[in-house]
Amino acid sequence: MPSVPSINTADRERLLADYPQVFHRSFWQRYGLAVGAGIVAVYLIICFFAFNVGPTFMQGRWDRASLYVQDWYSWRAQPRLRFEEDGTVRAQWSSRGQYPADANISWLQPTAAGGYAVTYGNDDDRLDVTPSLVQVYLGGTAYPVTITVDAATAPEGAPSAITQDGNKVLVDYGFEGQAEIRTGQVYVQRRFIGWANFLFDTKSEFWGRTYGELLVLATFGERIDPDRSNFGHMVDDFLGNNVWQHSDILSKLMQTLVMAFVGTLFGTLVAFPLAFIAARNITPNRAANWFMKRCFDFLRSIDMLIWALFFTRSFGPGPIPGIAAIFFTDSGALGKVYAEALENVDDKQREGVKSVGASPAVVNRFGVVPQVLPVFISQSLYFWESNIRSATVIGAVGAGGIGLKLLEAMGTNADWDKVAYMVLLILLVVFLFDNISNAIRSRLIGQAAH
Amino acid sequence: MADISANNPGGLGSAASLTMRHYQQQLKTRRIYTAISIVVFLIVLGASLNFANNANAGKFFERLPYLFDFITHFVPDSPMEIIRAMFDLQSPYADGSLKYDYTSDRVYLTENFYIPHFLYQLIITINIALVSTIVGAAAAFALCFFASTNLVGAGATRFVVRRIMEVMRAFPEIVIAGLLTAILSIGPIAAIIAITVHTVGALGKLFFEVVENADMKPDEGLRAAGANWAERVRFAIVPQVLPNFVSYTLLRAEINVRASTIIGAVGGGGIGEVFRLAIGRDHAAKTYAIIILLLVSIIVIDQFSGWLRRRLVGEQSFEFGRGAA
Repeated sequence: MPSVPSINTADRERLLADYPQVFHRSFWQRYGLAVGAGIVAVYLIICFFAFNVGPTFMQGRWDRASLYVQDWYSWRAQPRLRFEEDGTVRAQWSSRGQYPADANISWLQPTAAGGYAVTYGNDDDRLDVTPSLVQVYLGGTAYPVTITVDAATAPEGAPSAITQDGNKVLVDYGFEGQAEIRTGQVYVQRRFIGWANFLFDTKSEFWGRTYGELLVLATFGERIDPDRSNFGHMVDDFLGNNVWQHSDILSKLMQTLVMAFVGTLFGTLVAFPLAFIAARNITPNRAANWFMKRCFDFLRSIDMLIWALFFTRSFGPGPIPGIAAIFFTDSGALGKVYAEALENVDDKQREGVKSVGASPAVVNRFGVVPQVLPVFISQSLYFWESNIRSATVIGAVGAGGIGLKLLEAMGTNADWDKVAYMVLLILLVVFLFDNISNAIRSRLIGQAAH
Repeated sequence: MADISANNPGGLGSAASLTMRHYQQQLKTRRIYTAISIVVFLIVLGASLNFANNANAGKFFERLPYLFDFITHFVPDSPMEIIRAMFDLQSPYADGSLKYDYTSDRVYLTENFYIPHFLYQLIITINIALVSTIVGAAAAFALCFFASTNLVGAGATRFVVRRIMEVMRAFPEIVIAGLLTAILSIGPIAAIIAITVHTVGALGKLFFEVVENADMKPDEGLRAAGANWAERVRFAIVPQVLPNFVSYTLLRAEINVRASTIIGAVGGGGIGEVFRLAIGRDHAAKTYAIIILLLVSIIVIDQFSGWLRRRLVGEQSFEFGRGAA
């Protein structure tokens, strides 16, 4: 057992008398943290029940959740194999059309008997589809699903991947896809990693080529269209991609950036002179200080949402309401921050300039502005960064930009790949601008100050 | 001797005039750079404005006169209507339409006592903000020590934790809210989680910066006494950084109230949604009632959190807090 250092009674009394603040702390000093934590815990428990967290999570459609999340990084081809009158099978594509009309698709091959063979990854997992019988291969074993006018019937003793659902049979190949065998058709769903037709849609000359081929074409290949260089052609086709709408998405992203940039800039320009009026030490007029500060508080306290919706009502959807909303909120917020910075300036420089007989404007120009300008710019840059994120959100309520585009894409519940694409773009832009503004800031105020 | 006097402004000595010339040269270069940057800046601004104007549904100068039309037309029938809409009182203009129907959304607690609809929604919004601030701050607290250079030697850990925070901070809130709405159906939980994720990222960054600026002497003392990592964090770092953490968390709570209003308008419920509907349907009295409620509540929350911050932390209450918002 380690020896415990001990003290005698006299020492103990002396220590207790000398350091009362250590040994006789008030109730709040001792238990304040515990009491606070307890209150917070009780509050969270109440909220847990008030917001119905448990039941909501239980009733959540988690099967859909995995589907949606898979859609972020993979795509589905969904042909319907319809049984025709003449005993053949015809493949019909949804409107999303990931393949051109006459494409040769390696996983969907017509068979000699007029049916189709659908492979899920390899030949051991495939469907041989004919109007009367679908052979389901699972790991090399065949399970015949017979189809009559009334019902598709799974064989006896089929594994759990094949399920009978009323008169339909569902086949599950895991990530590779599913199939739904009905009396008149087979719904095939085949899933692949990646984003389908991300670069070029099926109408483009460049569709279906490998990156190597594209590189060769772009650099020294024969011109496909004699009027344009191949590279220009590629850029046009990329931006004009009907499925991914690159040009639209990029222009919406640009709108969001413009909203943040112009809104913050105008906010800065308005807040700058007004902050001089609001600062007690610069303008020795209490009424003016008070009035200006209340103006800032008012502008700041009206939520950005209110400004955004208000201006959307008057200017119609687009970047102008976004700019106006950011401008109004930020001139208030920046004004407040600027005024505080001004009130903390060093008076010696002002006195120095004043002592040589300078006018008040000159005193401010040479005695105050050089001190506060780095702080002002640094604050504005912070606001700019934060406004890029805000502009995305207020865009969604109607101010346009990438936010609205995101909301539309999410509303269909089928375009999660496009959502992922836009999220990536937003993350990229936010990181880029964070780094730019960090670089400007550290050049202005030195590494230590932020 | 004219050329000499031109090279010797004010009759300075040769060394001084050299300095003077250098100074003037530098001034000139600097002015040129300033002029160039202002021109570039103005071009970018002009292009941005033009782009914004072209992309907008209504053009700025065409719509500007009508802005005031909109304001002048958008008035309630009487000022009392705003009060009635706010407190769910029967309106004398009631004609069965939604515009004057203030009473049907009352939230009855008992037979006779009700909470007005807008007030109820406001309470929901504020609670969304509070819950996500608390949960987010707790998570950020747990994460931040692993991101600070002075506590974690392993660069890989720091790198991973910081990147996670960055992604959480930059991930668009509406996407999280939208995805969860699709899974959990419409309700406040999607908004709570979306705001929580953002809070973890934003507070985590501020927190670890505070930790990195902490005084390491107590830590050395504890290390000398043989304390392990958790004990060092608990007794050397946490007491130093806790006031700043609380201050940042309170500021974040203010920001989150605004965020939850906006997320509400996109589908998270609460006062934001009610407001969007009211202004979209031209219900002037309801709109003004909500604006007043929001204004008052935000001012009250700002003042309260400012007061609490001053009490807990003293004068260093981080008014510049929107930094990592």
